[in-house]
Amino acid sequence: MTLSRSLRSAGYTLLLVAVGLVVVYPLLWLLFSSFKVDNSDIFGSLSFWPRKWTPEGYLQGWKGTGQYDFGRFFVNSLALTLPTVVLTIVSSVVVGYGFARFDFPLRKPLFAVMIATLMLPGAVLIIPRYILFTGFGWINSYWPFIVPAAFAGSAFFIFLMVQFFRGIPKELDESAKMDGCSSWRILTHILLPNAKPAIFSIGIFQFLWTWNDFFNAMIFINSTEKFPLPLALRMALDTSTAIAWNQVLAMSLVTILPCVLLFFLAQKYFVEGVATTGLKG
Amino acid sequence: MSAQSKKNYIGLLYISPWLVGLLVFQLYPILSSLYYSFTNFDMVGVPKFIGVENYRSMFVDDYDFLPSLSLTFVYVLMAVPLKLGVALVVALMLNAKTRGINLFRTVYYLPSILGGSVTVAILWRFLFMQEGTVNGFLGFFGLPPVPWLSSPLVALFTVSLLTVWQFGSSMVLFLAGLQQIPQELYEAGRVDGASRPRMFFRITLPMLSPILFFNLVMQMVNSFQEFTGAFVITGGGPMKSTYLYVMKLYDEAFQFFRMGYASALSWGLFVIIVFVTYLAFRSSGSWVHYGDGGKE
Repeated sequence: MTLSRSLRSAGYTLLLVAVGLVVVYPLLWLLFSSFKVDNSDIFGSLSFWPRKWTPEGYLQGWKGTGQYDFGRFFVNSLALTLPTVVLTIVSSVVVGYGFARFDFPLRKPLFAVMIATLMLPGAVLIIPRYILFTGFGWINSYWPFIVPAAFAGSAFFIFLMVQFFRGIPKELDESAKMDGCSSWRILTHILLPNAKPAIFSIGIFQFLWTWNDFFNAMIFINSTEKFPLPLALRMALDTSTAIAWNQVLAMSLVTILPCVLLFFLAQKYFVEGVATTGLKG
Repeated sequence: MSAQSKKNYIGLLYISPWLVGLLVFQLYPILSSLYYSFTNFDMVGVPKFIGVENYRSMFVDDYDFLPSLSLTFVYVLMAVPLKLGVALVVALMLNAKTRGINLFRTVYYLPSILGGSVTVAILWRFLFMQEGTVNGFLGFFGLPPVPWLSSPLVALFTVSLLTVWQFGSSMVLFLAGLQQIPQELYEAGRVDGASRPRMFFRITLPMLSPILFFNLVMQMVNSFQEFTGAFVITGGGPMKSTYLYVMKLYDEAFQFFRMGYASALSWGLFVIIVFVTYLAFRSSGSWVHYGDGGKE
């Protein structure tokens, strides 16, 4: 009885491993191929394992194809992503606090509008935004990413904060108010220390989406010196004629490395964040 | 009275950043694009009002519009059910108390964090090349190579496989739903001698239907807007067989700077998405079961 049960459990684990391998196969392939010597080893054999390990793809790929190396593009990506993430957190916390803890005229209809904007297709906004931002002189800068973030541009994150604040007992606020705390102090001293998981979730998701955002980057940024990583990667793919694939693959891996690291460091917040709000993806 | 109005004022103050953002970055763009869609506008001159001409020429003059629209529908009909199916099956697999199950959940979720990244699209291009690894495996098993990217019939499927691979978010939601189904229901089912498939269709699926519905709507809305995958993997080819709606929109707006016409296209997409979502909500009464009797 117990033997057959442990056999079944082992079989189950085996199944999970097998399916898991299929799922992560493309990423493993990327990892190993980026250390291969040349194209013939990448395509010539089915073997994962490089015939000969070499960091050449990384060393050569890092130099880029033109005047800028990947260090530059990495810094660009950070300059675009970090302010966007920080401002998203701040604005979502403040607005979420307003919706979760205060009563004001039109609160219900405004909340409904906020939820409705969850469904607003980004593809519909892109053209008028481009025209608007051209008028502001924001094309070829990171403002189209940063400024909307400062104004709580993503309803997902407001909603996440509202849900989270609602889960914190109101008695905490009430007693602080009795002690003469202002509403701002209640937010910063009582609620925020309790809201760390939600703040982490917002930060992580906004980081990933902004870091990987290709569509908006392609539209709003047009000079190579300001390219974030996704644009640089595509440039590397398109401009090199006799492509050294190991370089492209190595830089592809470098591009997603911060995302993968973040994921493993903060995995519990991912699953929590997805489960509480049903984020896209 | 004064305390009440002060309270009102404070709440509005806290949400004011969002209100400004709503007006400037969402409401104004949406409305202005409606206006642009009735004009001829190339970003250089001033928009020139031309009535419904843009909408008319979509159907009459533009030979790419209808093919693009229909292949986008095919793409959505292919990618969304496949993705939700895979997400559900994997969620069922991971809804077990085996040792190390959290590690498996993490690994299975990994592809989804890379979302629409260029890296993943590049990866797809490599794996599915004529001489790529996937065909290599097929050859290993004695199967003929498949023209994954070079045949107009197969390319769209290859692109949708990329979407399917990112099943993680839907899976996590299914998993959360599965864990909320009361075990008593299954025990009662076993007492009644119900078979496993029967319990799946009579207990699991109805209990999951609100989540299935949510996933369905979100994934449909996202899939209609797919861009990066097709753009990087196939560039819309071969023979425009993966020239999705948003790629068409992108070309009109940012390659040819026909902003008026592109705005009309984007409003077309908006109307389609709203309509499909509306249909989903309309149909939900008959197949979505809410635990609280439908109050949600």
